[in-house]
Amino acid sequence: MRVLIPGIAGGIARKLALRLKNEGHDVAGVDIRPWENAKESGIEVFRGDVRKRAAEDVFRRWRPDAVIHMATVTAFTVPGAERGRINLDGTKAVFDHCATHGVKQVLFVGRHTFYGAAPDSPLYHSEDEPPRALESIPELADLVAADLYAATALWRLPEVTTAVLRLPYTLGAPGTGTLASFLKGRRVPLVLGYDPLFHVLQEDDVVTALSLALEKKVRGIFNIAGPPPIPLSVIVRETGRTGVPLPSQVLSLLLGRAGFPRLSTGALDHLRYPIVVDNRRFLEATGFEYRYSVADTLRIYREAAPVPTQGL
Amino acid sequence: MLRSGPVALFDGTDARVDRLELPFNEYGVDPYGISKRHVKEALRVFALIYRHYFRVRCHGAHHIPARGRGMLVGNHSGGVAVDGAMVLTSTMLEMDPPRLAQGMVERFLHQFPVSSLWASRTGQFTGLPEHARRLLEDDRLLMIFPEGARGTAKLYNERYSLVDFGTGFVRLALQTRSPIIPFAFLGGGSAIPTVFNAYTLGKLLGVPYIPLTPYLLPLPLPVQLEIHYGEPLVFRGTGDEEDHVIEGHVAKVKERIAGLIEVGRAQRHQRMSPRRLLP
Repeated sequence: MRVLIPGIAGGIARKLALRLKNEGHDVAGVDIRPWENAKESGIEVFRGDVRKRAAEDVFRRWRPDAVIHMATVTAFTVPGAERGRINLDGTKAVFDHCATHGVKQVLFVGRHTFYGAAPDSPLYHSEDEPPRALESIPELADLVAADLYAATALWRLPEVTTAVLRLPYTLGAPGTGTLASFLKGRRVPLVLGYDPLFHVLQEDDVVTALSLALEKKVRGIFNIAGPPPIPLSVIVRETGRTGVPLPSQVLSLLLGRAGFPRLSTGALDHLRYPIVVDNRRFLEATGFEYRYSVADTLRIYREAAPVPTQGL
Repeated sequence: MLRSGPVALFDGTDARVDRLELPFNEYGVDPYGISKRHVKEALRVFALIYRHYFRVRCHGAHHIPARGRGMLVGNHSGGVAVDGAMVLTSTMLEMDPPRLAQGMVERFLHQFPVSSLWASRTGQFTGLPEHARRLLEDDRLLMIFPEGARGTAKLYNERYSLVDFGTGFVRLALQTRSPIIPFAFLGGGSAIPTVFNAYTLGKLLGVPYIPLTPYLLPLPLPVQLEIHYGEPLVFRGTGDEEDHVIEGHVAKVKERIAGLIEVGRAQRHQRMSPRRLLP
């Protein structure tokens, strides 16, 4: 199968590309960022923005059978309005090109933060739930909108087998993404009096799940998760970090200062309330089994990203 | 039948938590975030209160299934959650093997720091149908007070009455084919003799109300409490029945609980009247 991965230069996307290549697929990608050694692995990377004309030429000339859309970004990597444009206009462009150029299968790789963190929402979120608590964290609005837009392909483009996959937090060695960045320092801020459950999946298991979704040609919306969730304090402790519990009022004053990320106060809700997903639908559709327990995942991260001796 | 024999009294509470048949992982946490360490710490405190402060008398704990799904459904008694705390302590101390009753609690508990953490780590979740259904399908033991916050708002002179029951719990029991184990909780209204509920003050603090007692604060007095569990009720159906059918089932549960309260009151009266120490 010819698989095109927009956003191929990201950490998990590279691993996925290599896995698919090893499984015998032809793999190419589009990304504004470079991936120097891709060619050595037989993977072609087209440098450019997925929203630009040149990207459509890739669809036209390379003629992918399947597309795995991983070119979305979070507030941790791209601030401001540009993030919204990448997430929404980029997703629209990818689906438009898929429809125009006869792509048979699309996987949209979204995030479990879609469901929002709120004190009164169910602990386990099923795919049938709407996004919640968006008003408290506007930085997530464009990702949620992109996820909902991708899901419209299920009825707009019936000839394309579309799957919207919602991934939990991921860790690798050390890995990329929100949680890996959050745990980077020696001390990790926590909200005093709260200890939410976190769903964590090892990057290699993420790659297995995505590869299975492609192979089984799943259609619909699916939550992906591996081992059962664990409290954030356990993650902090087992990765060798020191949790610094601060009252939420103090923590909100520190956002954007003293090494803390610049985020809205509402983002602290993700350190207060859990976002845990029900993955039964995905397990039934694909037979996915995780390889790495939480202990394995945290140990691998700790070994790859030892506690910094200086700094926050 | 009184089940608190010497074993229950002197059995270590930590050992009882270790005997819980829940799927704890390598960190002592189950898939719902229930933490062995937190349950142990909470039970040490609650067991002391249960045994020595309230000297709880528990009858009929053998009616609670040792394994598998079940709903403990009872009356609210007392202006704060003394009833819920003592019911869950009773299933930990009086059952063999012990079971953890998981309450369907008021939303505000999960909004505040500390209470959110302890409620989550001990398996006391917000009363949502999604939570109840999932926990029952996972063969957990649920604790439900169908009177809701109106039940805890009962004043001292209403302490043995029952306010209207919600009906959702019966539909859930039918949908998940769960037995309902009725229970009566006695003494909470005397332990916290509410004379007035301050709703405006409660609103300001983000809770439904603040119960006020003759000595102002809703601190419980060392009154003996009683829990009477009754025989399980099993209703047949799908949960899609018309309201009048469901209301009939609810009335039956309510009647059973009222009956248990009356039996408990009679026994209590008999036991206490010669000394006239307790209400």
